[in-house]
Amino acid sequence: MPAEPTACIDERQFSIMTTGKNKSRIHCADDSLAGAVSQRACVYSGARVVLNPVTDAVHLVHGPIGCAAYTWDIRGSLSSGSEMFRQSFSTDLKERDVVFGGEAKLIACIDEAVEKYNPPAIFVYATCVVGLIGDDIVAVCKEASQRHGIDVIPVESSGFISGNKIVGYRAAGEALLTLIRPKDGAVVEKTRKINFLGEYNLGGEKWLVERYLREMGIEINVAFTGDSTVAALKRAPGACLNLVQCSGSMHWVAMSLEKEYGIPYIDVNFFGAENTAESLRKIARFYGDEEIVHRTEALIEREMERVRPVIEKYRKKLAGKRAAIYVGGAFKALAIIRQMQELGMEVMFTGTQTGKPEDYEQIGTIVSEGTVVIDDANPAEIEKFLLEKDVDMMAGGVKERFLAHKLGVGFVDHNHDRKDGLAGFDGAIRFAREVYATTCSPVWERVKQDPFEEAQE
Amino acid sequence: MLECTPKEPLPKDARTTGSINPIKTCQPVGALYAALGIHGCLPHSHGSQGCCSYHRMALSRHFHEPAMASTSSFTEGASVFGGAANLKTSIKNVFAIYNPEIIAVHTTCLSETIGDDMPTIIKQSEIPEGKYVIHANTPSYHGSHVTGFSNMCKGIVSYLAESDGNPKKERANIFPGFTNPGDMREIKRIVTEMGVPSIMYPDTTGVMDSPVRKTYEMFPRGGATIEAIQDSGNSKMTLSLGAWSSDEAAATLQSKCGVPGVPLRIPIGVKATDDLIMAVKKGFGVDVPEPLEVERGQVIDTLIDIHYQYEGKTVAVFGDPDIVIPLVEFLITMGMIPKYVLTGTPGGKFEKIVNGMLEEAGIEGSRVKAEGDLFDLHQWIKEESVDLLIGNAHGKYIARAEDIPLVRVGFPVFDRAVHPLMPIVGYRGCLRLIEMISNVLLDRRDRDCLDEDYELIL
Repeated sequence: MPAEPTACIDERQFSIMTTGKNKSRIHCADDSLAGAVSQRACVYSGARVVLNPVTDAVHLVHGPIGCAAYTWDIRGSLSSGSEMFRQSFSTDLKERDVVFGGEAKLIACIDEAVEKYNPPAIFVYATCVVGLIGDDIVAVCKEASQRHGIDVIPVESSGFISGNKIVGYRAAGEALLTLIRPKDGAVVEKTRKINFLGEYNLGGEKWLVERYLREMGIEINVAFTGDSTVAALKRAPGACLNLVQCSGSMHWVAMSLEKEYGIPYIDVNFFGAENTAESLRKIARFYGDEEIVHRTEALIEREMERVRPVIEKYRKKLAGKRAAIYVGGAFKALAIIRQMQELGMEVMFTGTQTGKPEDYEQIGTIVSEGTVVIDDANPAEIEKFLLEKDVDMMAGGVKERFLAHKLGVGFVDHNHDRKDGLAGFDGAIRFAREVYATTCSPVWERVKQDPFEEAQE
Repeated sequence: MLECTPKEPLPKDARTTGSINPIKTCQPVGALYAALGIHGCLPHSHGSQGCCSYHRMALSRHFHEPAMASTSSFTEGASVFGGAANLKTSIKNVFAIYNPEIIAVHTTCLSETIGDDMPTIIKQSEIPEGKYVIHANTPSYHGSHVTGFSNMCKGIVSYLAESDGNPKKERANIFPGFTNPGDMREIKRIVTEMGVPSIMYPDTTGVMDSPVRKTYEMFPRGGATIEAIQDSGNSKMTLSLGAWSSDEAAATLQSKCGVPGVPLRIPIGVKATDDLIMAVKKGFGVDVPEPLEVERGQVIDTLIDIHYQYEGKTVAVFGDPDIVIPLVEFLITMGMIPKYVLTGTPGGKFEKIVNGMLEEAGIEGSRVKAEGDLFDLHQWIKEESVDLLIGNAHGKYIARAEDIPLVRVGFPVFDRAVHPLMPIVGYRGCLRLIEMISNVLLDRRDRDCLDEDYELIL
């Protein structure tokens, strides 16, 4: 039994634990409680964030307008070519479509998109209503593929299947595997290049890592899916190695690629200078080439020399400050915890929307005793622990940002709303600067000193 | 940016009824926003989690405020067997955990399609003494976010407003339409300035523009109180601002409590503001106070002083019908030419009203479309460009692709701050619109002109 349940209501007590105080496993991946102000999203959302960075595809959302409108260009993935992915396509289902079925409209919208844009592929996303009324998007897509001679790929992402985005990641993964599977027995030639899975090129992060790898003498074949194109993805089976960064979204894809094409994978993490160095070394070791190892060490030494004084500078300002982290996936939570610790900060509470038991176990090993760990937190819990733990700054997504601000807590966006890349050595510097800028912003002085209040005393 | 948009316009019948780059979103976000305008209200989304999460995100991004709402957290079970159990559990949990005064439930596509009977489920729920649960049906496959706002306003009236049978009080109800809190504040100020007491609802002032305080309040101090809403059935009249967002609620209040509704435009521009003030003057027999006369005079003065800067410029306007219609009217007053006017919200009368205004002003060759999208607008602009875009943040793609300045008005505006606090309604709103419009045109001239044409003085 977990000791001292700190949850706001009894049903949530097993989703919250304090490290060092109990040994039982945290409950996670449960359905959210009905009536919760959950920070979670839906299956469609999970699928959309994974696939959307495929830059030259048409992403056609089969459903009423909302699902497309809310996911319209909110990811911050950058493209070096086509901007097609930043447009919003929806079948905009109406009442009569819901009653009589939406297949005819879907067919018309696919035809319209092909006529207007001639895209190399169309992803068709199923939303709640579509799953409910039973439109056969698989058949429609198959038929449209044949008619237009391009890939029209169904993404089975009806929202109600689960409250957990991970189910949507899987749907996206299946769509990607369908896309890259060579047609008619064609064989993709093997190369010495690598695929970079779970990298979405937020703020140009893929490009940054690509620069490091290039310096080491290694080429990226294609990223899943940051700044990718349909043609590049189809070359995926030719890679010699898969790097897996966001494991939540891409672990299953990596395993499938290994099974189908014999490509091994390794986990990497480019958030934080230490993590970046470690990941680059791992990659170099895979190649087992002295020259590559040598160049990698030189790169790391040079970059670390650049990073160290900056981190040290900010560490002086930030040491002892108290931080909170609430993000979508465990991969990111782990990476941020390490970075905060490098900055001398204490992580007071952390949690994720979609973590698995093994993720939480890992989190438990790197945070200090007394840290609160929450699965699927709601704002009331976030509020409670931000105040209780006297937190100075928080890292999270848009739903946490304004809550933190209202509570007088600094904030760094580590999700869709950030503009700058936070990966690699440069990202580590930027992250430290952002944490400093918000934690030590002069505005907090004005919050603390209220002349009106003092005047009334 | 939008280099993917095909250069050649397609034949008219080549468009399906699908949408590319929409100028609308779905009903529940409007309902959620309206519900936040009741003090102590926790909006509740009856469907799967994603919807609620999206709507909260959209509102947070626009208002830069936390937007609280709970969800029934549908999964496959609820979708097959109905969501009654989920809603009942939700109501119980929400009152236990968050302790709001009232829960305002709105449906989603999912709960609408499976046909959950909201009134019955709510009747069967455990509702603590003195607390309320109200609802609105908001299927996303009908109307737009504006329709959802309207439906929740109607729901608030149906559940809460009461008439005690006594003579009506010398007081106005104000239904402010889908506007920012800054606008709502300004509308209240104008009516107060005229010496007429009022009850505004929904009223998101103090909720979606709340200040930082020493302690965080999950239910900020703003919003219309339940008591005030209940008492609105005893007011003398209702000023119903915006046909799409407010008229249904006003009609419901009229038939339920006998409070006559005066249909008005959202007071954007001189004429619509005049109309509001005249309606109050007429309804309550009050005089127009000096400060408002001064404000109006200042607007006219400014219009005269700088009309050279925008006179004859062409403009594309898009957004919600209740915002776009008075805005077009004001642009005509400014001597500008509304060349393209679009809304994503369905409703044939939009085209009729806008075309009527254009015709009256003798403006020919404009294109007006309800249920349009930004693909339509972009193609029109490719045929013939305009000097200025006015609309929500999504217009920035066209602005960049075609190098046209954009003035951000409406919902959503994700990429700028302060706008929810600054009104575009009333005479002060006129000044702000004139400032925004003339500034972008002047900035543009300063940036693009040759050295010898660079001017210090306006």
